[in-house]
Amino acid sequence: MTDPKDYRKHTLSVLVENHQGVLAKIASLIAAKGYNIDNLSVAETLDPTVSRMTMSVRGDEWVIEQVVKQLHRLIDVIKVVDLTDEAHVGREMIFIRVNAEPVNRAEILRIVEIFRGRVVDVTPTSYTLEITGEESKTQAVLELLQPFGIQEIVRSGKLAIARGSKTVPKREEGKLRLASRKQAVGE
Amino acid sequence: MRLTGSEIFMKSLQGEGIHTAFGHPGGAILHGYDVMLDYPMKHILVRHEQVAVHAAEGFYKASGKTGTAIVTSGPGATNTVTGLTDALMDSMAIVVFTGQVPTAVMGCDAFQEADVVGTTRTCTKHNFLALKTEELPRIVKEAYYIARSGRPGPVLVDLPKDIIMGRAEFKGYPEDVYIRGYNPSVNGHPGQIRKAAELIASAKRPVIYGGGGIIHADASPELTELVDITQIPTTLTLMGLGGLDTSHPLWLGMLGMHGTYAANMCMIHTDLMIAVGSRFDDRVTGKLSEFAKNCKIIHIDIDPTSIRKNVHVDVPIVGDVKRVLAQLNAELRKITRDWRKDLEEWYGQIAEWQRDHPLRYQQNPEGAIKPQFAIEQLFKATEEHDPIFSTGVGQHQMWAAQYYRGHHPRRWITSGGLGTMGFGFPAALGAQAAFPDKLVIDIDGDGSFQMTMQDLITCAQYNLPVKIFIMNNRYLGMVRQWQELFYGRRYSQVDLEVHPDFVKLAEACGCVGMRAERPGDVKPIIEKAISTPGPVVVDVVCEREENCFPMIPAGAALKEIIDVGEPVPDKLFQGWR
Repeated sequence: MTDPKDYRKHTLSVLVENHQGVLAKIASLIAAKGYNIDNLSVAETLDPTVSRMTMSVRGDEWVIEQVVKQLHRLIDVIKVVDLTDEAHVGREMIFIRVNAEPVNRAEILRIVEIFRGRVVDVTPTSYTLEITGEESKTQAVLELLQPFGIQEIVRSGKLAIARGSKTVPKREEGKLRLASRKQAVGE
Repeated sequence: MRLTGSEIFMKSLQGEGIHTAFGHPGGAILHGYDVMLDYPMKHILVRHEQVAVHAAEGFYKASGKTGTAIVTSGPGATNTVTGLTDALMDSMAIVVFTGQVPTAVMGCDAFQEADVVGTTRTCTKHNFLALKTEELPRIVKEAYYIARSGRPGPVLVDLPKDIIMGRAEFKGYPEDVYIRGYNPSVNGHPGQIRKAAELIASAKRPVIYGGGGIIHADASPELTELVDITQIPTTLTLMGLGGLDTSHPLWLGMLGMHGTYAANMCMIHTDLMIAVGSRFDDRVTGKLSEFAKNCKIIHIDIDPTSIRKNVHVDVPIVGDVKRVLAQLNAELRKITRDWRKDLEEWYGQIAEWQRDHPLRYQQNPEGAIKPQFAIEQLFKATEEHDPIFSTGVGQHQMWAAQYYRGHHPRRWITSGGLGTMGFGFPAALGAQAAFPDKLVIDIDGDGSFQMTMQDLITCAQYNLPVKIFIMNNRYLGMVRQWQELFYGRRYSQVDLEVHPDFVKLAEACGCVGMRAERPGDVKPIIEKAISTPGPVVVDVVCEREENCFPMIPAGAALKEIIDVGEPVPDKLFQGWR
């Protein structure tokens, strides 16, 4: 329908009922429709009956519109917000276990300091580092550490929150406008 | 009041007003069936669980009331999957209750265990696994609410044995339901409706293309009013038949792969397509890149995911079709325009298509019975009874849709989206259970009927007087037609050489059997069948190799429609056959 060059990464913040089977429902919906999730993180919100899923999905406007609508169709999905074009703060956390020979230790520590990371574990031959930031930052750290030999990485997937004072969810959730409805009526 | 889960379940069904259920008992659901004896539930014991689900669909489509099926765990539950998928595709409001092994052994490969919630995740609108006895009333309430509201669909409730045998306090069946993630839009956006009205008022060659949503929303009066105000020619999909009286002067016939020539031509040449409760299925659009290239589209649907799923839409309106049409009609009534005069040229063009390419067949009075002839006779002979029709899937279904005549909605029950062979007879059974005194006719094919015919015995047991007309050509006719047209007449596994004797089969199952072999038999036997009490099977022995036309080959553009007697161009099929 559209050119692959129109594809870009969208960050969706999805509030769902916090009960068993919901993650499976969302995963199988996404799989059945042939969409691809780059990363996903799930955790409880202030309201323990609600979980928030933050997911990155790649696609053009049409694909994303369908993803948002299809997510909304699930009864357990309370709200879907596409944060991509809204002002938002996005972060991911990454653990990196990197070779740390005595001769390289100072250099690695300097890199960690520049990127405001931390060393969370040390062995005679390695450091385990914790870096938090936007994807471009974590990517840059990885590239800088590459020459020393990276043994393993663990990434959290992206977390995102909208800037400003708007809070989602409020405790009484039900009357929130549906993101997909707004698009569907073409307001 | 502390009650067992089964008692709470039955009381909840009572509270919901459910008095008819189709089902089959088994180990995990035994306790529920035991308690059922103490409640006034009309339970119809089917011989296969697939039939229970299709019957629930037929019950819903005919009556507008949510259908209910109850089955056991494992094989009982997995046998419902076809019916659930069918109901999801065709938006049928049904609730299926499945037994489940006790929660303590779930996941341990217990006897008759299947992961039903997992299996049915993508073929239900929503499913529940009950994990606490006290939650049963809320779950039942939500299940029925979700099934019938918004875009209707199937809901499944999995009931582990320990949950229905356990006890809990029953505080009454809830009156209200509140699901924070589920608020279907009802009213259309006023701004969008104004835009739609403006487009309609300026269109030169408009067409209304209605679908099953009109039936589900009971919006037939509003659609008829829209047609009457605007005088726009109207076509309906297979699922929408009955939404407009087929004797209406602006009725174009069904559209799509086997739709009328005129209806499909209107879809090609229109400048404004008004899609109402329809979803631009591939059987309607043909090749998408060639579809609706020169027209604007207004799309009214309750399901936002249906909008802009397959085609670009200029004016989308999300809402309940009944409400939106009422709003739209009010807007249109404000417009002063001589609707008929402005569309005269368009009417002239349509009349030409209708004159040059009508539905047609030739019945030789001495020859074999043409299925089109038998079906047309059936509609004519029974018209005064205002019967409910169901069909199987295949050629007979398409002929029945082409020659359909009916004046009211909810009289036409067929499997559209999934195309489930074996659907017709169980659906008729369910419709008959909803309306015991009404004439219910299943127009079936010999291939389709054989998929679920074991339940003739159920009709006899409960005296459900369904009349079944089998268009018997001893072929899987539609598959044979494709093999003839697109595979150089190489017939592979379509000849049903050995058949049961349907007359004797009917008799063996406690029904009445009849047979028509000559064209002259058709009318008298129809009359005899509908005046015979109880279930009747009529074996209509038909011409073997009759083809269903017009036809738009799968994947072809609408303009590549092939009418009766036209050659099939070879090049059309090279890309995809």
